[in-house]
Amino acid sequence: MLGRILSLLMLAGLTVAMAAGTDLGEGTKAEELNVPAIVMFLIFVAGTLGITYWASKRTKSAKDFYTAGGGITGTQNGTAIAGDYMSAASFLGITGMVYLKGYDGLIFSIGFLVGWPIILFMISEQLRNLGKYTFADVTAYRLRQKPVRILAALGSIAVVILYLIAQMVGAGKLIEILFGLDYEVAVVLVGVLMIAYVAFGGMLATTWVQIIKAVLLLLGTTFMSLMVMSEFGFSFDALFTKATEIHSKGEAIMSPGGLVSDPVSAISLGIALMFGTAGLPHILMRFFTVADAKEARKSVFVATGLIGYFYVLTFIMGFGAIVLVLGAENGAYLAADGETLKGMNNMAAVWLAHAVGGDYFLGFISAVAFATILAVVSGLTLAGASAISHDLYANAFATSKVDEKKEMNVSKMATVGIGIAAIIFGIAFEKQNIAFVVALAFTIAASANFPVLFMSIFWKKLTTRGAVIGGYIGLFSALVLVILGPVVWTSILGNAEPIVPYKFPAVFSVPLAFIAIWFFSITDKSDDAQRCIDEFDAQDIRCQTGIGADGAVDH
Amino acid sequence: MTQEQVLEIKNNPKYQKLVSTRSKFAWTLTIVILVVYYAFILFIAFSPETLGARVSPDAMMTLGIPVGIAIIIFAFVLTGIYVKRANGEFDGLLNDLKKDVEKGMK
Repeated sequence: MLGRILSLLMLAGLTVAMAAGTDLGEGTKAEELNVPAIVMFLIFVAGTLGITYWASKRTKSAKDFYTAGGGITGTQNGTAIAGDYMSAASFLGITGMVYLKGYDGLIFSIGFLVGWPIILFMISEQLRNLGKYTFADVTAYRLRQKPVRILAALGSIAVVILYLIAQMVGAGKLIEILFGLDYEVAVVLVGVLMIAYVAFGGMLATTWVQIIKAVLLLLGTTFMSLMVMSEFGFSFDALFTKATEIHSKGEAIMSPGGLVSDPVSAISLGIALMFGTAGLPHILMRFFTVADAKEARKSVFVATGLIGYFYVLTFIMGFGAIVLVLGAENGAYLAADGETLKGMNNMAAVWLAHAVGGDYFLGFISAVAFATILAVVSGLTLAGASAISHDLYANAFATSKVDEKKEMNVSKMATVGIGIAAIIFGIAFEKQNIAFVVALAFTIAASANFPVLFMSIFWKKLTTRGAVIGGYIGLFSALVLVILGPVVWTSILGNAEPIVPYKFPAVFSVPLAFIAIWFFSITDKSDDAQRCIDEFDAQDIRCQTGIGADGAVDH
Repeated sequence: MTQEQVLEIKNNPKYQKLVSTRSKFAWTLTIVILVVYYAFILFIAFSPETLGARVSPDAMMTLGIPVGIAIIIFAFVLTGIYVKRANGEFDGLLNDLKKDVEKGMK
C-alpha cells in the first residue's frame, strides 16, 4: 500500500517536473521576477515618458506629428533608422541563428544590409524631395490620388500589422521569461506604452526613444563582444576553434550550410530582403523627418555604418554564445532536455549577457531588449496611423479639404486603434506559429510598395491604371505565394509538400508586379494617362533638384 | 512650377549635366553592389565549399568569414563614396543651377 502511494507520488512529482521542463522549453512558464532588469527598465520608461512629455509640448502641427517638424539631423535620423532596423528580431534572431547554424547567420545579415546602399542611390533623396509625410505622397504625386493612396495605405497597413504581430508575440514571450511578468500583462504593457509615445509625442518622441535605445543596444552589444573576444585573447581563430569543438555541427558551422540550398531560393531571399527594406513604410517615413536631401543621404550613411557594425557584433556574439552559453559548466543555460536553451531558442544573446556580465548586465540587456521592442512598435504604429489619417482619411476619402487639427486627431485615434489591435493580435497569436509573418511582410513590401514607388520616381510613362493594377498584383501574388509556400502550407496547414517551395517568393512576385505596372501603363490610352505622363517632367525636376520640395531649406 | 519654368530648367545645360552625371554614378554604384551581393549568393548556392575553405591549413577561419565581413564594409564604403561626391560635386552643380533659376524668376 505504502509502496503504491510512494510510487504514485513519485509519478506525480515526475509529471510536474516534466511539465515544468517542457514549459521552460517552450518559454510559456513565467520565471521568477528579475529585479535588476525591472529597475533598469523602469528607469528607461520614466526617461522616455519624460521625453514624450517634452515632445508633446513641441508637437503642435501635423508636420510636427508626422515628421518631428522636419528638424531631425542626418546623424540623429541615421541612428533612429538603425534603431528601427535593430529590432529585437534581429538582435535576438540573428545572434540566435549564428548560435544555431554558425555561418548561415551572416548570410542573412548581409542580405539585410545590402539593401541600404541601394536605398541611398535610388530612393532616399528622391523621397525627401517629393514627399511630405508618407511614401504615398510620392507615388500619388502625379497619379490620381484616391486609388493610389488606397493601394499604398493597404500595402503599408498590411506590412505594419504583420510586423506588429511578430514584435508583440516576441515581446510577450521575452518579457515573460526575462521579467517574470505574465504574457498578457507584457503585451498590454507594450501596447499601452507605445500608444502613449506615439499619440502624445508623435514622431519627435518616437525618434528619440529609438535613438536612445539604439545607443544603449550598441553599447551593450559592443561590451558583450569585447568580453567574448577578451576570453580568447582577441583571436578569432581561438574563438572559432573552441566553438567548433563544442557545437554539435562541428566544423560545419564555419561554412554555408543548408539555409540557402538552391539558387532560386537564394536569389529570391536576396530580392525579398533587399527590396523589402526599400518598401517598409516605417523606414521610408523617416526620410521626411530631415530638412533636405543632403541630410537624407547622411542618414543612410550613418545608418548603414551602424547596422553593419551591429551585424558584425551579432556574429561575434553568436559564436561567443556557442562557447560561453552552450559550453557553460553543468549546462547552466540549457533546458531540461540538455540541448535547447532555457526560454526560447533565440535567447542566446540574453544568456550570453549573463555569462559575460552577471545578473546586473543580464538585467541591463533585458531592459534594452524590452526598450528595443517598444521603440520598434512605436515607429510601426506611427507609420500605420499616418497611412490611415494622411492617405486614407485626408487624401482619399474626405469629401472636402481636411484641416490639420482634424487630420492629427484622426491620426491619434488611429494610433489608439492600432495599439488595441496589436494587443488583441498579440494575445490571439500567442500560441500560433508566426514564422510566416516576417516572410510575408518583407515579400509584400518588396512586391507591392517598392515597385510602385520605384516606377513612380523613375518611369515617365507610368499611369494610374498601371500603378494600381501592378501594385495589387504584387500584393496578392505575395500573399498567395506565401500561403502556398513552406511557412504556411506545410508548417501551419499541415500539408506534406508546399506548392511553392520558397519561403520568400519575391523572385516571382516582384517581377510580376513590375511587368504588370509596365503592361497596364503602356496600354493605357486614357486622358488621365496622358496627364500623368505630361506631369512627369515637373515631378522629375523637383525630384532631382529639391526645388519646391516640402520643408526644403533654400541655400 | 509653370510649364515655362519646367522647360527652362530642363534645357539648362547645368541641369542636364547634373542629372546625367548623378544618375550614371548612382546606377553604376547600384550595379556594383548588386553584382557583389549576387556573386556572393551564387557562390553560396552553387559552390558553398569555396567559401567554406580554410584561409590557411592551420587556421580555423574560413574564406567566407573575411569575405562576408568585407561585403558589409564595402557596402558602407560605397555609401560613403556616394555621399562625398554628392556633397561636393553634385551639390555644387545644384547650387549653380538654383542661382540660374532664381535669376530667371526675377
